Amino acid sequence: MKTIALVGNPNSGKTTLFNELTGATHTVGNWPGVTVEKKQGHLRGNKHITIVDLPGIYSLSPYTLEEVITREFLTEGNPDVILNIVDASNLERNLYLTTQLLEIGKPVIVALNMIDVVKKNHDVIDVFKLSQILNCPIIELSATKGIGLKELIVTLKEEVSVPSYITFNSTIEEALSAIGYSRYNAIKLLEQDEKIVKQMHLTQEEEQKIQVVVSKLEEQLDDDAASIITANRYQVISEILKDSYRKNRKGLSLTDKIDKVVTNKWLGLPIFFAIFWLMYYLSISTIGDMFIGHVEEIGGVIQEFVNNGLVSLGAGEVMIDFVVNGIIGSIVPIFTFVPQLMIMFFFLALLEDSGYMARIAFIMDRVFSKFGLSGKSFIPMLLGTGCSVPGIMATRTIEQENDRKMTILLTPFIPCGAKLPVFAMIIVMMFNGAAWIGPTIYLIGFAGVVISGIVLKRTKRFKGDPAPFIMELPDYKLPRFKGVVIHMWDKAKHFIIKAGTVIFLACAVLWVLQNFAFPFTYVGPEAIDQSILATIGNGLRWIFVPLGFGDSWGSSVATITGLIAKEVVVATLASIGNNTDIYFSQVSAFSFMVFTIFAAPCVAAIGAMKRELGSMKETLWALGFQTGLAYVMALLVNVVGNLIFKGTQVVEKVKLDPTMLESASEEAIIQGDIVMIVFGILLGIALLYMIVEFIKKFVMKKAVVK
Amino acid sequence: MTLKEIGVNHTCIVSKVVGDKAIKKRLMDMGIIKGVSIKVVKIAPLGDPIQIELKGYELTIRKEEADKIIVG
Repeated sequence: MKTIALVGNPNSGKTTLFNELTGATHTVGNWPGVTVEKKQGHLRGNKHITIVDLPGIYSLSPYTLEEVITREFLTEGNPDVILNIVDASNLERNLYLTTQLLEIGKPVIVALNMIDVVKKNHDVIDVFKLSQILNCPIIELSATKGIGLKELIVTLKEEVSVPSYITFNSTIEEALSAIGYSRYNAIKLLEQDEKIVKQMHLTQEEEQKIQVVVSKLEEQLDDDAASIITANRYQVISEILKDSYRKNRKGLSLTDKIDKVVTNKWLGLPIFFAIFWLMYYLSISTIGDMFIGHVEEIGGVIQEFVNNGLVSLGAGEVMIDFVVNGIIGSIVPIFTFVPQLMIMFFFLALLEDSGYMARIAFIMDRVFSKFGLSGKSFIPMLLGTGCSVPGIMATRTIEQENDRKMTILLTPFIPCGAKLPVFAMIIVMMFNGAAWIGPTIYLIGFAGVVISGIVLKRTKRFKGDPAPFIMELPDYKLPRFKGVVIHMWDKAKHFIIKAGTVIFLACAVLWVLQNFAFPFTYVGPEAIDQSILATIGNGLRWIFVPLGFGDSWGSSVATITGLIAKEVVVATLASIGNNTDIYFSQVSAFSFMVFTIFAAPCVAAIGAMKRELGSMKETLWALGFQTGLAYVMALLVNVVGNLIFKGTQVVEKVKLDPTMLESASEEAIIQGDIVMIVFGILLGIALLYMIVEFIKKFVMKKAVVK
Repeated sequence: MTLKEIGVNHTCIVSKVVGDKAIKKRLMDMGIIKGVSIKVVKIAPLGDPIQIELKGYELTIRKEEADKIIVG
């Protein structure tokens, strides 16, 4: 058995290399005790070699979760070999990590990735010389083009010796030898790395001895020890590269040219909103819509096939109803949503893999810094418009713990794709499909994010220094189809697994609850008012009376079944509404929608929150905040709405029409329109902003001339 | 003078990084150390953050962080 740790900078092509080396055999889990994803897999065709994909990092310092995980695995997880992937087109900064890895005292293999880019730029790297200086094997590689993979795999199977490490200037070296211990520990002690100091359980005497050395060094070189080492490390690297690297590229790179337009002062915002408008247009209204009919057809065929099968097997009527209507009938409408979601995730993966996502954070950072978050929080929320689960997972790139927690808490407020059918249904049935409602719901969601952000930042729980925003803008890359598809699948599978397991089970339970009465006797759909579900609903009804939708037990139950999956709200209202009366007024319907936006998300998202927050207590607090806010907001809508519209049709309770429910859940175009109108409005605002700024500049120039 | 005051398309040399330990280390880890030349590439459409170029790659930092980078 041999374990290889794959380490490298973010954007160095680590994920691509990992996929190439392991094929599709990898498993995904979590690092113990923390929330960062752990991926590992076997080297292709070799069950004895395990490759562990470590989080992308720039340094082995202790300031981000990723850095801590990586270095703990490297020093305590006992990997046999460290495979360091280095972006050859960004050699100097990448070697900064490499030189730190050499100090750990484990064999190191360097994979010099993106060698094709280097050659295209006519830059020259003397790999032989570099390999001699670093004293470890270096394999030239292009993971995306498959160049050098064979050689790398051969080297991975061989025995590799422990490399030597780089030598700092004599003052630092003296201090290091005065400290003693291993090279890695000596450097960390000199850097005053609190985590390592704690781990080593030093005596007071030893600590004092180190303190003397540190003070002496700091006095000699007039800076803090950590900075002295960082600066000297970079100096040593540039010395190394003087002999082994020649850069020939001149003029603007392709990335510079693209950025000139895409993050342009005037065009940046309109382009961003236009891209998202187009993305939603394609995934929801056109391509996605085309697939919906097919999924329904397939669903119908399966339903008929199972029905006939059960009849021929001689199954009872109750059994047939359970399988055909209770389970298949409830799941098919949910699966109709999958093609749209897949296409949306495809585009999101495309944007992420191309490097545009980092630009979005750059463009939008100002907005989020206003309430204490950074542009990095925007990406999870954008993903959240599809599904909160990948959105919550994407918070991993946020370094500051508090910002991360808050983004996890707020991302479910962005109406996800599964909430759309709920809104669409209510808009069609209660508001005659009025176009303004959908965008308003989104704006309420955004407003909830902003207001909660501002308020929470002032609470003890989230208070803290504003986090720094230091982010690399990677070169644009032409995304590879294979990579994008893998990426898309990574995001979409949570949704599909959820539909296949949790929702499946929930539908079965729901069917039983609504067809059986206490003490477990079959009553059938006609007597739904006596069912267990009705009893539960009636028991909970009073909670929702102040919000306006506690009159009928059906709507109370729907808010609870929404925890299973938001799509189930539609299914619940449809199946209950078919057999008993559910009453809503326009005001209480709006209150119901507002409650749906903010209340605790579905179990899949709650699971993701729990994983990312790392503790049950934090998760419960977050869920409590979300549901509490939902209750207060819905209450406000109901009370204020009833006051304003007193005596008008708006507050009049009407019975939900189940036949309209059927057609409403198929109203995919309305769902798509909602998002498109939102991005359309934002595009308009951005264009307006652009024009205003332009005029301002023009007027100012004139004034100066005068 | 700090990096915050450097205009777009101007290049300057870092003389010191200040600020608390974590932020300072983060900036230095990214290669912002004494003697490095930094070019201010652009300012984001809404006025903050800024995009800078150093050591052949592009980085974005807020003006607040740029104010911690003393240049000469």
